[in-house]
Amino acid sequence: MAIPNEEPVQPEGMLVLPNTVDVLKLGDQLDGAKLIVLEFPKFTDGRAYTQARLLRERLGYKGELRASGAVYVDQIPFMLRCGFDSFASTQKGFEEALVKARKKFSVVYQPVGDGRATAAELRLQRIRTQAAA
Amino acid sequence: MPDAHFYHYDDYDRTLVRERVEQFRDQVRRRLAGELTEEQFKPLRLTNGLYLQLHAYMLRIAIPYGTLSTRQLRQLAAVARKYDRGYGHFTTRQNLQLNWIKLEDAPDAVAMLAEVDMHSIQTSGNVVRNTTADHFAGAAADEIEDPRVWCEIIRQWSTLHPEFSFLPRKFKIAVTGSPNDRAAVRVHDVGLRLWRNGEGQVGFEVIVGGGLGRTPMIGKTVREFLPKDELLAYLEAVLRVYNRYGRRDNIYKARIKILVHEIGVEKMREEVEAEYAAMKDSALRLDPDTIEAITRQFALPRLVHKPAMVPEVERLRLEDRDFALWLKSNTAQHKLAGYRIVTASLKPAGAPPGDASSVQMEGVADIADAYSQGEVRVSHEQNLVLPHVAVEDLPAVYRALQRLGFAEANVGKITDIIACPGLDYCALANARSIPVAQRISNHFANLAKQHDIGDLKIKISGCINACGHHHVGHIGILGVDKNGVELYQITLGGDVDFGQTALGTILGPAVEADRVVEAVDSLVATYLEARTDGERFVDTYRRIGAEPFKERVYGNPQ
Repeated sequence: MAIPNEEPVQPEGMLVLPNTVDVLKLGDQLDGAKLIVLEFPKFTDGRAYTQARLLRERLGYKGELRASGAVYVDQIPFMLRCGFDSFASTQKGFEEALVKARKKFSVVYQPVGDGRATAAELRLQRIRTQAAA
Repeated sequence: MPDAHFYHYDDYDRTLVRERVEQFRDQVRRRLAGELTEEQFKPLRLTNGLYLQLHAYMLRIAIPYGTLSTRQLRQLAAVARKYDRGYGHFTTRQNLQLNWIKLEDAPDAVAMLAEVDMHSIQTSGNVVRNTTADHFAGAAADEIEDPRVWCEIIRQWSTLHPEFSFLPRKFKIAVTGSPNDRAAVRVHDVGLRLWRNGEGQVGFEVIVGGGLGRTPMIGKTVREFLPKDELLAYLEAVLRVYNRYGRRDNIYKARIKILVHEIGVEKMREEVEAEYAAMKDSALRLDPDTIEAITRQFALPRLVHKPAMVPEVERLRLEDRDFALWLKSNTAQHKLAGYRIVTASLKPAGAPPGDASSVQMEGVADIADAYSQGEVRVSHEQNLVLPHVAVEDLPAVYRALQRLGFAEANVGKITDIIACPGLDYCALANARSIPVAQRISNHFANLAKQHDIGDLKIKISGCINACGHHHVGHIGILGVDKNGVELYQITLGGDVDFGQTALGTILGPAVEADRVVEAVDSLVATYLEARTDGERFVDTYRRIGAEPFKERVYGNPQ
């Protein structure tokens, strides 16, 4: 879902992390976190993608992961793959783009935490099905 | 037409490239409709290879590991004809640049590329760029393993990588599979060198933090021996460390070489190894069947046995001096005795290095279909390579290349100059490169003289970004701007050969454009007088030092 950029009070269980934070060193700060907000100070500053993957894949964080700041439609496919599931974007048409983006780029090459089968995995399945037949 | 003997796209690869074309088409539409500002559009167009240059947009087309089928080469010719001015420029990164593209045509141009399984994805922008390889890969006699298998694996992994599409700066990877490094692996962000260890296993030496540009550095070995199936886990670790810690405060300090330099190679290794340890038993480990399936596609074409000694070739060699010189400099040893690797020189006397017209591209495609298994390579020295030519076909190939103007017997010689596009095209340049290259090329046009001078690499850059690799030229020439005057700084002693990789040293004050040829002539004369038997220019320089060269060029102030 897309969420407006203003957040009046920081609710319980919400953690806002600048993109210079080493998420591997958060320790018990993560306990009870329900919403983690990662920041994109600029469209071109990609540090939060790494933070997102580490939170999801290394630390097993299951709560809401929100992208905030310079969040535009063209980043959606990358953000979805890295584990973001909510987006604080004010860009016009973002919501519709988000719906569409889930269908765009039907092929992926990298095994990341989103569980999508990569092209290499699908090819292996084919090779093995053929070998078994 | 013979089938190309390298990686074939399947439906997955094709779908991805087509979807990317449609995404780009929509981005261009939004830009033209004013929905995107130039500032918002810039990073999007860059990761599709579209630059805004001095006079027009430039489209940089990826040629993965420099390997092309003739069908692809013909399509490049067609794209250049339809959307450009009927020629293209092969670059030091084994890509092709079209210099006169219109923004509204760019989506159709990349759609045409997609028809032949090509694209311009990630040829620019702060992403993992096209992975380069030895241009003799798969054919070279000295090869341990074909590096292109790994380039293809890297191509797939790095294409639209969700974590690494907004890096601090661009990221270039090169792979070599031969002890004679023709891919310059020590001057890349990551260089990978396949080698066989004491136990007979082949793995990678992983070199990190090399690069040219305004702060040239030789890469450091971070891992001596990496098992091949761990390649992606290790690369992902390197990229992750870079994405987290690489500098973003200053564009000139943002490459990984600066990070390695600032934290030191030991700390870098520690960080990378820690990250790698956490990832190595993941889905990134390459399945043997995946490696095998890709390796099979790069198999040597079925080449029939041919004689290594052909009387007709021997006769021509004795009778035609230029043919004899061409055999010597423009053909190299193939895996099989009855074959040679032929380099088509894109540096005829006085021509802009690396340029080819659509007609010439089609001509090379015809020759490759007839005599080289339908395969062509692009070298980082901006030449084209016919990898599998039978010795008995050499005279025919020579004559066909002559008709195209690509048979100059100068590969590796003083007129086989590398030059960036320079101020004639580039928005970053301080000075022109191509006219300087052309003047040197004309001055030393005599082939017998060139062969007497021997192996000598001249590399010219029009600004400190060093796209012409001047730091690693035996003679490097760097264009600088002093109060509106184009001057050229000369460096000596650069080298990219493995084990000898070195950055050149500045000879003295920069010289005016019309003195560059004279200065190069003085350098050559100094070498010719001082050389001992078998010494190349760079060997003599190493032995006698810069002083004699300096005196000859600058003289004693009168």
